[in-house]
Formats: sequence, structure tokens, C-alpha cells
Amino acid sequence: MRADSDNGKHGTNVLLTALSDPAKAVSFTVEEWDLLLRLARATRLLGRIAVCMEEQGLLTEVPNRVVDHFSAAKVFVCHRQLTARWEINRILAALAGTDMPLVLLKGGAYILAELPPSRGRLLSDVDLLVPRERLDSFEQTLLGHGWESVKLEEYDQRYYRTWMHELPPLSHPERGLEVDIHHTISPLTSRLSPDSARLIADSIPLADSRLRILQPVDMVLHSAVHLFHDGEFINGLRDLVDLADLFQHFGEQADFWTKLVDRARSQGLLRPLFYTLRYTNRFLATAIPDSAMSAAGDGAPPGPVLRLMDYLIEAVMIPGHPDFPRRRHTVAQWLLYVRSHWLRMPPGMLLQHLARKQIMRWKHHKVTAGTLAQGNR
Amino acid sequence: MKLAELPGELVAQRLEGRGILLQTGPFTVRIHSVVEGFTQLLRRFYANFPVVPEPAIADFHVRLTIPGGIRRRWRPQVLLLLDGQEVFLPYPLSHAFPLFEWGLNWCIAMQAHQYLMLHSAAVERSGRVLLLPAGSGSGKSTLCAALVNRGWRLFSDEFSLVRAADGHLIPLPRPMPLKNSSIDVIRDFAPDAELGPSFHGTRKGTVAHLGVPASCVEQSAVSAPPGWLVFPSYQSHASLRLEPISKAQAFIKLANNSFNYQLLGLRGFREASRLVDNCDSYILSYSNLDEAIVSMNRLAES
Repeated sequence: MRADSDNGKHGTNVLLTALSDPAKAVSFTVEEWDLLLRLARATRLLGRIAVCMEEQGLLTEVPNRVVDHFSAAKVFVCHRQLTARWEINRILAALAGTDMPLVLLKGGAYILAELPPSRGRLLSDVDLLVPRERLDSFEQTLLGHGWESVKLEEYDQRYYRTWMHELPPLSHPERGLEVDIHHTISPLTSRLSPDSARLIADSIPLADSRLRILQPVDMVLHSAVHLFHDGEFINGLRDLVDLADLFQHFGEQADFWTKLVDRARSQGLLRPLFYTLRYTNRFLATAIPDSAMSAAGDGAPPGPVLRLMDYLIEAVMIPGHPDFPRRRHTVAQWLLYVRSHWLRMPPGMLLQHLARKQIMRWKHHKVTAGTLAQGNR
Repeated sequence: MKLAELPGELVAQRLEGRGILLQTGPFTVRIHSVVEGFTQLLRRFYANFPVVPEPAIADFHVRLTIPGGIRRRWRPQVLLLLDGQEVFLPYPLSHAFPLFEWGLNWCIAMQAHQYLMLHSAAVERSGRVLLLPAGSGSGKSTLCAALVNRGWRLFSDEFSLVRAADGHLIPLPRPMPLKNSSIDVIRDFAPDAELGPSFHGTRKGTVAHLGVPASCVEQSAVSAPPGWLVFPSYQSHASLRLEPISKAQAFIKLANNSFNYQLLGLRGFREASRLVDNCDSYILSYSNLDEAIVSMNRLAES
């Protein structure tokens, strides 16, 4: 059998249909369900689709075998969410007696604030934002309570600390969940330089007032920067689904869209906002007011760059048919990885960094291979 | 239709093309392969397993491919793709069958959280299931193989699946991988047993598979409630001892021999408690298989 482009396109349709309009999925054919399960699992969105179909009362119209996969995916998601809640609980316990403001980002924020993206959302770590001047004391507190710095090569440690917007991840050996501590939302060296003191000052307390989340417009902008400037698109579609949910949820507030565009402009984040509006609308049929779209258009890149981005983003975010892997995905991923570093560092440093990373990857390959071999049972 | 009813050429052709949909217990597996020797072993060990008519939703997609490159000439390898993902390192080409079996185990352990999954052998007699939960090296597979040879119905030598709705065990019959000295033990114990070729130098030493009796495959849709929890440990030269243990002890041992007890959270606790409540629990130390079987038969008759 030959790979043809229809297979890729078909995959796209099944997954995006189930995400943007679950009710339409009930008329899927057997082959389409089979493909949906595979694509949803690969993009870590199976739990999400399961929860949305259940909420809309559609499970009775879904084949039994699919319902089994939905139940299994929900078990996994619930466990991960519980693990994250417990990790946050432990962090609060470690911080007892201090007045450290703790701002939850991304998955942790959606789950603790019970926002729509939390539905069936799989998270792999806990992301926190801490004022830069209190970073050291926060890290020391956690280290003093048993968290350990995830083992990294010395170069990586230095790279994080000198250039990045977060510390090298910590994790507690009894639990293993990674805690990422950010002090701003984009790398120190990048051309974007949002004011993180403002983000923290404008954050909102949760019912448990020791915890805070970013105000809606900042929550959107942070996720947008993370998605389009971090260079890792492994969970790209899931992150885009988060943003689509946030737009739908906050978009009902009358002044949300004007505030969003204003905030993006003043923080220098119009470009990532533009991309977010464009691709949530394009892939997930998210309703974006024309006024917001055209205002954010000031952040659009020049035409040829935009056409290239359209191509790359689709290639990395929308999985092709798993039986017919396409090379363009790998190439696009690499180009976007280089792009994210281009945005993050001056060219000389970039070259040096990528060369170091490549050498480390070659050396590291054997080690990873060894652990993999032990993983099978 | 059973796999044995498909002509060998057609099986090979299907494995290379759209794949073969095979049913094992509650799971439908789509298998693709371009490895010649694998086709023969699949036909041999899964002869009585049902081929699922197309189209159908598969639970797992397993593909065996041969990586290219210069290595192919002097030391050919086989690569397993689970849903298009490489999970394990390549194996020597001749080990395709054990690789497939491990890969399928991995798929089940990682995904089938609709069930409480126990790291346990399970065999049935007179409508109730004997569970033998234990880690590797405890002799669990050997004892299981011996019991099956003496008329117990095989549910699984490795995976006990507990259904949430009623706490019943779900059969998942698969070829039983015997390791190292177990191979000769079973060969002596049951000279007419259907033992496949030995694969030397695998990650678990030498492995040979024992076929599943046709009757066990035919009844694989018939679930049964748990009856006995027996934690086995093989001890060379030990005389047989079967000691009852408390529910609390049994619970802890059971939870420690589960693939997803923690993951299931409260449900895991409830299902494990229900199981322990419905079983008599023992620890078993043995060195002689015949004695162990007499002891298990006596349990089933009491």
C-alpha cells in the first residue's frame, strides 16, 4: 500500500471533527472510530474527547469498544490530575509560614480553577510562576523539603539558569512529578519581553487564597507564548485546544477581546496572539470576533513568513495517518525548533547552542536506548 | 473464523497488507508483519484464535518491520511499532515472536485501565477462578502451565483482568512464555505439551512458548468470579506448605502485584477489597509441581 495524501487529510478530519463538534462523531464509521482512537491517543486528547462526549450525553451512541477506551483514558487523566493536585498541596505545605505568592500556570491553573480546558486534560508537570527576586528562596525551600533538581548535564543547568525563563525542573523522589518554576513567561534573551511583575501583580486569588492564577487575558497570552515560542510542539494540538476553550469561556465577557488585544500590544505579544487566533479558528472552528482578528492582524508576520508558518504549524500540530508517517512532520518540527531558538537568542549563541545540543544528543542516545530496553515487560 | 482456517499464503499476504485482526480475550489486535518466521509462529500459536471480520475497531495496532541500513545484511533485526511508535529497541530478527508477545503485554498494561489489572496468573475450575499473583521468578507461570495441563482452564499466565461491573475475571488466553529451567520442568511434567522453539539470549534468558488448549480459546468469552487467592513461591527442595493468610495481608500483597491499582485510585481500592472479600487467601511454597497441583485441586473441591 502506498501512502497517499488523502490518508493524512482524512486523519485530520476525524480528529478535528471530534474536537470541535463531538456530536458529529456519533455518525463516524467503524474505520473512522479506529483512526480517531489512534490519533487522539497520539495527541494526548483521548481523555478530552471522552469527557466532552460524555458531558453531551453521547456515550450511548458510541461503539462499546470506544467507550472502553474512553473509560481507560479517563482513569489515566483523573490519576494525573489528582497527582498534580497533591503535588501543589505538598508545595503549599512546604511554603507554610511564608508569604510566597504562588501563581499556577497552564494545566495546574485550569484544574485548580476548574476552567473548561481541565476537562479530560492530561498534564505532565506542574508549572508555577514566582517573582524573580524570590526565585532562590523558593527553590531552596523546595530543595529543603526533599525536592531534587532533575538530573541534567552541567551545560543544561547553566543554560536554564542563564538564558531561560524557568529553573531546571524539580521533582520529589517519592512522587516523581516535575515542577517547573518560571520567573517570567518568555526566555530572558528573547525579543519578547513581557513584564512579569505586572503579570503577578494582576493575578487573581483562587478560593484557597494561597494560590493564584493569571487574569484571563494574561492566561491566554502566556499559553500563546508558550505554544508558539517554546519550540516544543509535542503537545501542540492539546495546547491549542486549551486556548480554544479559554476563548470560548472568557469570550463571553463583553470587554474580553478588546482587553486581550490591548494587553498583547502593551506587552509586545501581538504576534503569538495573532497566531493563536488564526489557528484556533482554522483548526478548531473557534469563533473569533472580526474586530479582534483584524486588530491582532497588526502582529501578523510578512506574507511569505505567514505562508511558511501555516504550512509548518499544520504539519506539526495535526497528526497524519499513523500507518503512513510523513517526513514533512519531522522536518517541520526541526524547523520550528530552530525558529524558537532563533527567537530566543542572538545568532552566534544560537549556533553554539544547537551544536552543543546535537553533540549531547549523540552521546545521550546510547543511554536512552539502554533504559528503553529495560522498560519492556 | 479461526486463524487456522485461513490458508498460510493468505495470512502472510494479509500481514503484509492491511493486517490481520485477531481476537484475544476482550481485545482486538491488528497485526502487521513482514517477518517470515513470525507468520509461521503466529499461525501455530494463535491457530484457534478468532479472526475478526473487517471492518472493526482495533484496541491495539502492532507492526513488525525490518529496519533497513547496512546492518540488515550481517545481523538483521526486527523493530516493533505499537500504533506507529517505537517503544522498544530492535531485537534480533529471529526473536520476532517473543518481541510481539511482550509488545502486546505492554499495550495492555499501558492502556487497559477499564480493568483492574493484576500481575497474576489466573486459572478456572468448577466456575471459580484461582488467582496466583506474584512477580517474576516466583514460578507463577510454571505452576500456571502445569495446572492448565491438568485440566484447569487458562485465563492468563500474567494478566488478570477484573471487570468493574461485577468483579468477575475476564479470560485473556495467550501463549505462555516459559523461561530458562521452567522449559525443561514442563517438558518433563507434560511430555506431550505443545512447546514452541526456544529463543536464546532474550532479555529474560531463554524463552519457549507453551500453546493454549483449544478449549480455553473457545471459552474465552466466558468470565468467572474469583474463588481463591494463592501467592505462590517456588523454593527448591521445600516441602509443600499452604498457609491461610488474613484479608489484610492478602490485600497488601494483591495491591503490590497490580499494574494499575494506584492509577485507579478509590476504584482500585474498592475492587481489590471486593476481590479479597470474595476469596480465601493463602501463601503457597512448593518445589514439586505434582504436590502443588494436588493441593490446588483439593482447594477447588472443598
